[in-house]
Amino acid sequence: MSETVIPYMVKPHPVTGIPNGKFGIWLFLASEVMLFGALFSSYVLIRTGMPTWPPEGGLSSEVLNVPLATLNTAVLITSSITMVLAWASCKMGSLPRFRLWMGATIALAFVFLVVKYFEYSHKFHLGHTPAHDNFYAIYFTMTGLHGLHIVGGIVVNGYLLGPGAKLWATDPEHFTNRVENAGLYWHFVDLVWIFLFPSLYLL
Amino acid sequence: MAETAQHDDVRKHMGQYYVVFVALLCLTAVTVGVSYLHLTRPLAITVALIIATVKAGLVAAVFMHLISERKVIYAVLLITAVFFAILLLLPNLTTFEHHSGMPGT
Repeated sequence: MSETVIPYMVKPHPVTGIPNGKFGIWLFLASEVMLFGALFSSYVLIRTGMPTWPPEGGLSSEVLNVPLATLNTAVLITSSITMVLAWASCKMGSLPRFRLWMGATIALAFVFLVVKYFEYSHKFHLGHTPAHDNFYAIYFTMTGLHGLHIVGGIVVNGYLLGPGAKLWATDPEHFTNRVENAGLYWHFVDLVWIFLFPSLYLL
Repeated sequence: MAETAQHDDVRKHMGQYYVVFVALLCLTAVTVGVSYLHLTRPLAITVALIIATVKAGLVAAVFMHLISERKVIYAVLLITAVFFAILLLLPNLTTFEHHSGMPGT
């Protein structure tokens, strides 16, 4: 059995002008836009159909924890720049610096999840589960799906920091492309939060 | 030779990354600050969405390198944007039904 190698992982494909991995990740992100788009659309539909929002009265910013969400926004933005720096370190040929910045990115992702855990457990403690009303159903669905994306990012970035880094020794350019693709995904997760934060917490 | 040129290229962009990072943090502070002004809902939604779009634009343009990307990716994103817009406009169909006078909906 001959080994099948995916072509154009380093060199740009003659038709698209980019490596196949990068094209693939952009197509994946396009599908992600539709996934989150459907939820945003549902959110608008449900919210405009309610006489008051949140249904129990008051303001979203009073019901949800704005300071913690602001902190988490800053955490994700910071993790985006550390991700860029991890990729730039690869570009400049330094694996140790890549390890440092990628480690920081993963650590910040965990910080985000820990903060989210405190938010969630406080809501559950008050009996504000997804079944409580439409507001919490939407809040938990959207932040929950986003949180799963954070977990997915930790898995991929963890792979690149750990066993995946072996590729650096044999094909540094290919490895750098993988880091770039993981970065594109990670920035997208940050981007989704940029819209989730005001939509759910502030408006 | 080519490698040093690449290093310089990355280094040149480094400043840009930090500027965008600071801009994103500032815009986050602005959007939270504005929410304390308790503007009327339509105005608050407009302001928050404008700030979020600017932030998303910065992330996409600089961190995701969309500012200097290949045409094929712009094409993919254009199609995505069209379908995303359709998806967001779908709820309008329900209000259309209300106006056409269907009681009990």
